Formats: sequence, structure tokens, C-alpha cells
Amino acid sequence: MSDSNAALAVSIKRMSKSFGDIEVLRDIDLEVKKGEVVSVLGSSGSGKSTMLRCINWLEVPDRGSIHIAGERIGVNEAAGRKMNNKELATLRAKTGMVFQGFNLWPHLTVIQNVMEAPIYVKGMAKDQARAIAEQLLEKVGMSERKDAYPFTLSGGQKQRVAIARALAMSPEVILFDEPTSALDPERVGEVLQVMKNLSSEGYTMIVVTHEMEFARAVSDQVVFLEKGLIIEKSAPDKFFSNPETERVRKFLELSN
Amino acid sequence: MTEWTILWEARETFINGLIGTLVLFVLSTLCAFVLGCLAVYRLEAGDRFSWVIRTLINLMRTLPFLILAYLLYYGLPQLGVRMDAWTAGFISLIIYHAAYFAEILRGSRLVMPAGLVEAALAHGFTPGRLFWRIILPQLVIKTRPLLGNQLIIALKDTAFLTIITVQELTAAANSAQSTYFIPTQAFVLVIILYWLISICLELALKWAGRFGAKRGFDYV
Ligand SMILES: Nc1ncnc2c1ncn2[C@@H]1O[C@H](COP(=O)(O)OP(=O)(O)O)[C@@H](O)[C@H]1O
Ligand SMILES: [Mg+2]
Repeated sequence: MSDSNAALAVSIKRMSKSFGDIEVLRDIDLEVKKGEVVSVLGSSGSGKSTMLRCINWLEVPDRGSIHIAGERIGVNEAAGRKMNNKELATLRAKTGMVFQGFNLWPHLTVIQNVMEAPIYVKGMAKDQARAIAEQLLEKVGMSERKDAYPFTLSGGQKQRVAIARALAMSPEVILFDEPTSALDPERVGEVLQVMKNLSSEGYTMIVVTHEMEFARAVSDQVVFLEKGLIIEKSAPDKFFSNPETERVRKFLELSN
Repeated sequence: MTEWTILWEARETFINGLIGTLVLFVLSTLCAFVLGCLAVYRLEAGDRFSWVIRTLINLMRTLPFLILAYLLYYGLPQLGVRMDAWTAGFISLIIYHAAYFAEILRGSRLVMPAGLVEAALAHGFTPGRLFWRIILPQLVIKTRPLLGNQLIIALKDTAFLTIITVQELTAAANSAQSTYFIPTQAFVLVIILYWLISICLELALKWAGRFGAKRGFDYV
């Protein structure tokens, strides 16, 4: 665990992943500093979700290494073996994840969804977890529905609760996988607004998205994936106004 | 009229039988449910032992309940394992219905959206916490009508145990009718008693239905 690693929320080195014969990710390198927002763009099937899911080991990469806040995920280097479930869980607790399909636990109320992991993963006292959850629901504008069950919420509301649920673990990085793609157009704005607020509060985020304006306004880095390769990685101004590759130029044209 | 008075005279037999049935039913279904949940938890690992459990569940489901009770009570003594009728009754009820509970929950587990599990893993849940806090509550709420149905079947299965001499409600009716020669009255009475227990179960099921509906769970 080097010092340079410690300043990085996420560091991915030469990560590759295949499903059967198909190489979905190839030699991915990515460094995300604390407080940075990285947007990941690319067409459908280019490997964006897989990249995100490798970061918290929901998919196991075939090669390469991933460090979260300086700690290697998946491999217990001190013991020279694969991480066991408990070690994996401990490290996963340091990453938050927000899914396209929300994935709120339907048997729990809004506030219970937010309190669940702090209590049963971190072992936090219920009162403290409740206080934190109330604060976070306030932040995402969902205080009024805290005792509602998820099925009664709109998509935008569900996603805001899912964001509060991820924040409740005080993660080193929050992974967003197309958080607004399943929403009605008029609901997209409320979720993007919450995410913008998070970025200005200094949260580290990796966001797979098709929202170009958001990516341009909020990101520190934009990454473009094509067939499992990062073919462009640059600051948003450069990416959007002067892309290096013909492929990205075309992608931007088509998405306007 | 006199036959009904005889029933009153024999009330102690019936009350004891009713208590026997209730104890058998409540204790064995509780244990069976817990055992069924443990089996489904163990299936999550997906290893060789999971496969063994899966096979045992399937085996149990192909067996008529009465045969299982016979095997435990009359068969095992041949192998040197002797138990009294109550123990054999309890054990057969527990393992038989545990298999059904497990199968009901397993079926629902297969169609549970993967995202709900991934969300828990991503938040740092260990497999144990994940199962007991996130997966199992949803399976139980989702399958509540099937679980309720299984409870009613279990209640009726307790009556079979009269054949291995367990002194439950049906045995009480049988003993009263052969002592006083009042078969109709004796059996009408126990039918009413079984029916009353079933009504309580139905009420509990209705409550469970509302509990799930409030959380947006459809009926299976
Ligand atoms: N579990 C899986 N098994 C097999 N192939 C998969 C699996 N997950 C994703 N893929 C394939 O990997 C490729 C990249 O998928 P994904 O990462 O979901 O892309 P994106 O999120 O950019 O749309 C696709 O071709 C997809 O079909
Ligand atoms: Mg995707």
C-alpha cells in the first residue's frame, strides 16, 4: 500500500475480463482521486457496467488489480490468497452502488432501506443509524416519504432513496450505473440535481451515464469505452469540444 | 340427545386430544419452518452439500406422509432405534413439512430479482446477513399463501399420527366412539374442532395477506 495509492479513491491497473470467449474489458487503467467525479460514456454493450461491477467485485476480473482507498479488493495480499466473503464484504462496504433499476428492498420502508446496512453491516446502533438516515433523506429530499414502502414511490423518488442508502455507509466512492436511464424524462432532473449536489460536497463518484450535459458540467474526467477498451480519457472540456478520436466525435454527434 | 350428553361425559378425552393436536401442530410446524429456512440458506452455497439437501427435499416430497411416520415408528426399531409415538410423530411431521417449506421458499428464490441481492452485496452484506435480513423476509412475504396452505396440510397430517398411537384429536374421537358407540357425534365434534383451528389459520393468513399487500407484494 504505497502513499500515492492512499490519495486515490480508486485505482484500476490493467484490468481485463472475459465472459466465455468474449473479452468484455481489456487492460483498463483508471485512477480516481478523492473528491473526483468520473463519467463513463460509451455505447450499449461496450463494457461500462462490467467495469463498474468489477470495482466492487460483483464481477471478478480475470487480470489486473483494483485498489479502493489504497486497499486491494479481491485479494488478501498479506495472506497471499483470495479474499474470503467477510473480507470482501468489509471492503465492499466502502463502496456505494446505485443501480439503473434502483433495487430498493421492497420489504423495508424508505428509512429502513437506508438504515439497514449501517446497522447490519457496520454494527451501528439503531438510534444513530436512524439519525443519519433522517439527515440523508433530508439531503435527497425524501424526508416526507420516509415511512413509505418503495413500491409506492416514483422512479425518481426510488433513485433518490437508493442514493441516500449508498451514502449511509460513508463510502470512499459511489458507483452509479446509468442512474437515470430507467426514469421518465421529467424525473431525470431531480436525480441529476442530487448527484450534482453530491459532487459539490466532495463525494467521489464514478458515473456511467448517457446524460452529456451532466457529464460535461460535473465531471473531472470523462472516460469513453469502446468494445472493452478505454479509447479516450480526458477532461470534459477537451472531451466534448475537441475529442481525439473519430469514434468519440461520431458518438457525440449522434447523441446531440 | 343422550349421545350428545355422552360426548359431554367424555369431554376430558376430547380436550386432551385437542391439546395434543395443538401442541403437535404448533411445535412441529415451527420447527419445520425453521429447518426449511436453514435448508434454503444452505442451498445458497451451491456446493455438493447443497446438492445432497436438494435430493433429500425431493425424496421427502415423493413420500406419502403416513409411510414416513410408519417408517420412523415401526421401521426404525428393526435397526435398533426405538422411539415413543410422540417423538416419532414430531420428527416425521418436522422433516416432512420442512421439505415442503424449503421447496416453496426455494421456488421463490429462483425467481427473485438478482439486483436485490447485488444491492445488498454492494453494501457489504456477508452471505449470512444477506440471507436472513434481505432474502428470506422477501421469500416469506412472497410465498405467504403457499406457506399458509402448507400449514393447513400439516394440521391435517397430524390426524394420521393416530395410526401410530399418538393421542391427538382423531385418536380421542376414535377412542370415544369405540367406548360409547357414538361414531357420528364423536367425528362431527372433531370435524368442528379441526375446522375451528383452520379458521384461526385462515385469519392469520388474511392478516399476512394484508401485511404483504401493504409492502406491494402480490399473491405469489
Ligand atoms: N454475466 C454476463 N455473461 C455473459 N456476458 C455478459 C455478462 N454481462 C455482460 N455481458 C456481455 O458483456 C458485454 C458488455 O456488457 P456491459 O458491461 O453490460 O455493457 P454496457 O453496460 O456498456 O452496456 C456485452 O456484450 C454483454 O452482452
Ligand atoms: Mg450497462
